[in-house]
Amino acid sequence: MGYALMTDEQRELVNLLHDFQMKELAPRVEECDLTGEFPMDVHDKLGELGFHGMDIPAEYGGCGFDEVTNYLIREEFGMVDAGFGFSYTLSKSGSSTVIRYGTEEQKKYICDRVLNGAIVCNCITEANAGSEVTAMRTTAKKVGDEYILNGTKCFISNGPIADVYMVIAYTDKSKGSHGLSLFMVPKELGVETGKHENKMGLRASVTGEVIFNDVKVPAKNLVGKEGEGYRNILANLTRNRILNTSIVVGTAQHALNEAIKYANERETFGTPIKNHQGIQFMLADMEQLVQASRNYLIYGANLLQRNAPKDVISQVAAGAKVFASEAAMKVTTDAVQVLGGYGYMREYPVEKLMRDTKIFSIFEGTNQINRMVQGRAITKI
Amino acid sequence: MNILVCVKQVPDTTEIKIDPETNTLIRAGVPSIVNPFDTYALEVAARLKDSIGGSKVTVMAMGPEQAKAALKECLSVGADQAYLVSGREFGGSDTLATSYVLSCAVKAVEEKSGENFDIIFCGKQAIDGDTGQVGPELAEHLGYPQITYASDVTFENDTIKVKRENDEGYDYLTCPLPCVITIVKTPYEPRYATIKSKMAANRAVIPTLSAEDLKIDTTMCGLKGSPTKVKKTFTPVREKHGIKIEDKEAADAAKELVDMLSDAKIL
Ligand SMILES: Cc1cc2nc3c(=O)[nH]c(=O)nc-3n(C[C@H](O)[C@H](O)[C@H](O)COP(=O)(O)OP(=O)(O)OC[C@H]3O[C@@H](n4cnc5c(N)ncnc54)[C@H](O)[C@@H]3O)c2cc1C
Repeated sequence: MGYALMTDEQRELVNLLHDFQMKELAPRVEECDLTGEFPMDVHDKLGELGFHGMDIPAEYGGCGFDEVTNYLIREEFGMVDAGFGFSYTLSKSGSSTVIRYGTEEQKKYICDRVLNGAIVCNCITEANAGSEVTAMRTTAKKVGDEYILNGTKCFISNGPIADVYMVIAYTDKSKGSHGLSLFMVPKELGVETGKHENKMGLRASVTGEVIFNDVKVPAKNLVGKEGEGYRNILANLTRNRILNTSIVVGTAQHALNEAIKYANERETFGTPIKNHQGIQFMLADMEQLVQASRNYLIYGANLLQRNAPKDVISQVAAGAKVFASEAAMKVTTDAVQVLGGYGYMREYPVEKLMRDTKIFSIFEGTNQINRMVQGRAITKI
Repeated sequence: MNILVCVKQVPDTTEIKIDPETNTLIRAGVPSIVNPFDTYALEVAARLKDSIGGSKVTVMAMGPEQAKAALKECLSVGADQAYLVSGREFGGSDTLATSYVLSCAVKAVEEKSGENFDIIFCGKQAIDGDTGQVGPELAEHLGYPQITYASDVTFENDTIKVKRENDEGYDYLTCPLPCVITIVKTPYEPRYATIKSKMAANRAVIPTLSAEDLKIDTTMCGLKGSPTKVKKTFTPVREKHGIKIEDKEAADAAKELVDMLSDAKIL
């Protein structure tokens, strides 16, 4: 990894994950890209190494890492397979809304389940409610000690393989965003899953429909108060914008590494292509983009760690997410260019990196939405 | 079972460059790792420890201060404690001198802890020198029985059972303890560190044993104690022995064999 400011402990962790991934995941990447399957055995082995506790505070039995370490781990995941890294880290960090806003009982419950290998997913989007979250139709109607959930979520990462669903639904439609509430819904309560999406990239991450058909959820599974759901998931989204985007920096770094290797080996006109200014400058530009993305996101991670004011973090998170996802798109596209015709072939690794990268400008708020968040924040006087 | 594993920090490369003037290795700029055969030896030791209650695994390396990194690596994958044997007096030791120093260190650690080692493991050879001599020489210095080139060691009915591969199959050997065993590639992979074990290893304080601590005869170590002179190093030509007919039904394989023999005018 191209970050020279790691502590010894961070370097050890990153090396541990690197060695593991090179042995256990790297040989599977091509197969997962073809089949669109999440390698569950790799997930389980990461648990044996202790990675399931990555997003869990030490007092609940987890690793209690600081947010910069969380960044670095994710970048390392992105170096090998963005899809696996995204699904895996999400399956654990999905617990973080509960850790922030849940009751003691809820926190204990989610931490125990995650440490034991449970997969968590976040259910927000619906067919007619992507950027406009409040357009959603899923409802949670209180009847006695229970809420009855009805509705269909779509494009849910980990949806088809999850054990616990974090679901946002209307408890009171008339209140708009203040009528949305967040629920922790274990699969056993009757959550159904529908169609698996066949995607352009990020294929080791399974994405699909999640259906709630009169699912009865005990009232004690409401996270935070009624009407606080939107606010709470937005706060979590801010964290995700920083940490999930870390993954694509790893993907860009991987693409750059492949391009550098190839530029040293491939010769045209009697010299390795790295000696042609056209290629050398492109590689320098790629390095700048990767390093700038990394440092922008690490700035965000430091803000998270220090509990900076909400408006400061959300502005930085939105900007860093846009910058890093677009930088990665440019870097992975240019890596294909450096490899020429070979870059376009499935036999070489870089075209996949380009396919994997595109989604990072779309989810966690599209880049348009994130520009809006940042633009509004910085123009306020 | 009180187990010792001797490990060496080596440059991470299979294509080591050799200085044509001095015939020694050029190490500059090459990252260091634990000698791979030593990692197998440690895994064998760790498995024995897991199977016999109350066991302990100690690792020991002779080398410069930086070799502590290799020892920390070992602490994260099964070793309980580590010693570095280090000092200017040891620099330039050949295999005879190295094994002498290690034998003194074994005794020093045993004296210090008041416990003797039951088994001492070494990798079959270090990938930088490829001599395969230190293990056997260590056994000689200590006066212990030795079994070399083992691929697995288990403990059954109060005796050790050592598996050794040969061209025809396996030997199962045993010997009285204490003993020295050298290990080849095992049928299983060394375990991964966990986040917890890695962090703990990182914080571990590794004691250094000096020439003084070992009460060593300094004329028997370092360049002075090293009679070996390297005249030339080369990779021996591998001769191909025979042909393997694989992945076939026995009947097909037999037919193919007959065809081959007949083409070669042997039948
Ligand atoms: C692989 C994948 C995984 C996903 N995982 C999850 C998940 O785990 N959980 C979850 O809840 N959702 C998930 N999503 C959904 C994702 O968050 C949404 O797709 C995203 O928010 C965009 O919503 P949409 O697709 O409905 O696009 P729309 O909202 O319909 O947007 C279409 C276009 O219009 C633009 N646009 C919309 N409004 C504005 C505006 N006001 N100003 C300017 N431009 C605008 C958008 O930027 C976009 O370019 C995932 C999606 C994918 C593809």
